[in-house]
Amino acid sequence: MAAIAFYLGRRKALLCGAGGVRLHSRPQQYGTYVAVWMAVPALGIAFIAAAASLLHLDVPSAPFVFAFSLAGAAVGLIYALRKVEPTMRARTAIERFIRFLLFGASLISILTTLGIIASILFEALKFFDQVSLWSFLTGTTWSPVATYREGQQAADSLFGSVPLFAGTFMITLIAMCVAIPVGLLSAIYMAEYAPYRVRIAAKPMLEILAGIPTVVYGFFAAITVSPLVVEAAEAFGLDASYTNALAPGLVMGIMIIPFISSLSDDVINAVPNSLREGAYALGATKSETIKHIILPAAFPGIMAAALLGVSRALGETMIVVMAAGLRANLTANPLEDMTTVTVRIVDALTGDQSFDSPETLSAFALGLVLFVVTLTLNLVSIVVIRKFRQNYE
Amino acid sequence: MFRENNTQRSALMRRRYRAEKRFKAYCISALGLALLFLVLFFADMISQGHSAFKQTELLVDVVYNEETLDLPQDAVPEDVYPLISRAWFRDMPRKLKNNPALMGTTQQEWVPANADVDQFRKGNRDQIDEDEQAVLKQMEAQGKAEFKFNTTFFTNGDSKIPTNAGLWSAFVGSFYVMLVTLLISFPIGVMTAIYLEEFAPDNRLTQGIEININNLAAVPSILFGLLGLAIFINFFGVPRSSALAGGLTLSLMTLPVIIISTRAALRAVPQNIRHGALAVGASRWQSVRDHVLPASLPGILTGTIIGIAQAMGETAPLLIIGMIAYIPEAPDGITQAATVLPAQIFTWAGMPERAYVERTAAAILVLLGLLIFMNSVAVYLRHKFERRW
Repeated sequence: MAAIAFYLGRRKALLCGAGGVRLHSRPQQYGTYVAVWMAVPALGIAFIAAAASLLHLDVPSAPFVFAFSLAGAAVGLIYALRKVEPTMRARTAIERFIRFLLFGASLISILTTLGIIASILFEALKFFDQVSLWSFLTGTTWSPVATYREGQQAADSLFGSVPLFAGTFMITLIAMCVAIPVGLLSAIYMAEYAPYRVRIAAKPMLEILAGIPTVVYGFFAAITVSPLVVEAAEAFGLDASYTNALAPGLVMGIMIIPFISSLSDDVINAVPNSLREGAYALGATKSETIKHIILPAAFPGIMAAALLGVSRALGETMIVVMAAGLRANLTANPLEDMTTVTVRIVDALTGDQSFDSPETLSAFALGLVLFVVTLTLNLVSIVVIRKFRQNYE
Repeated sequence: MFRENNTQRSALMRRRYRAEKRFKAYCISALGLALLFLVLFFADMISQGHSAFKQTELLVDVVYNEETLDLPQDAVPEDVYPLISRAWFRDMPRKLKNNPALMGTTQQEWVPANADVDQFRKGNRDQIDEDEQAVLKQMEAQGKAEFKFNTTFFTNGDSKIPTNAGLWSAFVGSFYVMLVTLLISFPIGVMTAIYLEEFAPDNRLTQGIEININNLAAVPSILFGLLGLAIFINFFGVPRSSALAGGLTLSLMTLPVIIISTRAALRAVPQNIRHGALAVGASRWQSVRDHVLPASLPGILTGTIIGIAQAMGETAPLLIIGMIAYIPEAPDGITQAATVLPAQIFTWAGMPERAYVERTAAAILVLLGLLIFMNSVAVYLRHKFERRW
């Protein structure tokens, strides 16, 4: 149908052109113009009808909708055909339409963020109707009692999330203890010392480490690293659980190494060479230059990289779901089993509770906390990195 | 006096050089450590997973007649029976019905052994029943027990019997999910990037969109799962655990990756190209469509492949929207319940039998192989079509 419209519009334009009048735009552009005017009302009406039926509103029957959109198409067609004249600026109109379309596409990303906020917030508010915010944030016992029957209120369920935060914090801490030193030192080596060929070979290897799916890391942590940790602990006469916090922490650290190293690498490379040469001219050795000149200059960027790493560790799910424990356990011993916010979210949403049970809703409350914390970390690091780039550009 | 000063100074120099060497050694060992992790990881996966690509099969006389149609366990010699996979007995009557010519004959066939026997022969299991062990030894001596390539692993769907479990339905599910993801995120991502790079005025709104995209790239993936559950499934009524729900959710995750790489590709096209097009009377959109986009297409494709490869390994949001269902048959469309490769890995990783551990590692090798293949295609495209301006 749009093709017919295109043809009609172009023919009218060609007819006008044949009369010896100079057209403002090319004939095809008039064709496209007419086609757009016809397709948009028709598709728009169909789309509104589809959206309405999804929202369970009263929708006229399908043939009616179809006829209605045909009518819309006809009105658009007639309107556009009448407007086709030699002096009409079809190209400008198309240009505006495309710009509008592109702008619309770029709004999808904003809608996604709003969608995340809305979906989490609504359900979380329902949860906080039943459980007070204060007891959620400060309670030290997490023991949701599954309620399968209608009306049976889980009054004895406790939703104190401190042990979950403690577990998340512990595993993140272990991960950062691995990732920051290894990632930063590798970045320094690659940016300052490594010959070109080593750099070319090592960078993609580290990127492989970043490309390994997290479910694979989870399997690695659960099947290989956890038993190793238990054996090592026994060798020292310590008792370790098979779902200890150390194994997922270590593996998560390995996963985060490439994020830290590639971001720090960029930042170190962005430090201008004049600073290095100034230090060499004063007789500093390479490592002295790095420690006293380059690292302080790159510090904000490195901090931002570390924050992004922390944000990733907090939100990491598969490794902890597969290798960490399920028991909410408030302890400072990484050899015991601990659970995290993300483990609890997955556990609450893959069980068979009804969707309105407090346990299911608690997943969204935990999601809200996770979102707020990671959003803060991300925004801080994005802003810091931007500032840093501007400083040296 | 002078001499003393000199030795002092050279001692200081020596100390400084030692510190220099030490620091460099720390840096090298850090990089070495990171690469060592990589090597250890791959070695571990290969050593655990390679054996799943082969499967013990036994050469057995199979009797096909009316009686064995009803009682398939009678079709094989009594002493061999406990060694054979239950899945084979389940499928045998169907095979006989599909192929009536077999009726009333006795065929010598290669039949899959069950998981215990298979694991015993692979050395993953210490003991099986002594009688079974004796029968097995005898068959091995006669050349009637061999490792064959495990085609079932690639052609079957999931199964509760490890010998029969395969990746096919997960392959098909992954394919549908990636298709939906690509169809949604590629056009929207490229359009957004074109708008931001070529059309957008430099104002607050544009900066807001930019920061928002950078932030979305770092939002934990599990939160996209919550969005998918609350909005796509509960609000819009997309079928739970369908490829459509998974694809929609993953496309929102892939969007920032595609936008960021497309913008980089567009930025790499020099201004001269745009000015040249505008100078001969092209409009802004015409110059983008006919000159900037073709020039940056390799970069855009590379970014898209990398984004899709990332989405292909993603599991957490799919867990939330229920894509860990038990799917023995490959789905026929995007609205049917489906599972994907990483979700299949997750399911198998939770199984207690030793045979599933081996299959999990093998599935991981297959997934990693696919991802490495996709990424090398991306790298190849970049090198092949990269243009220096």
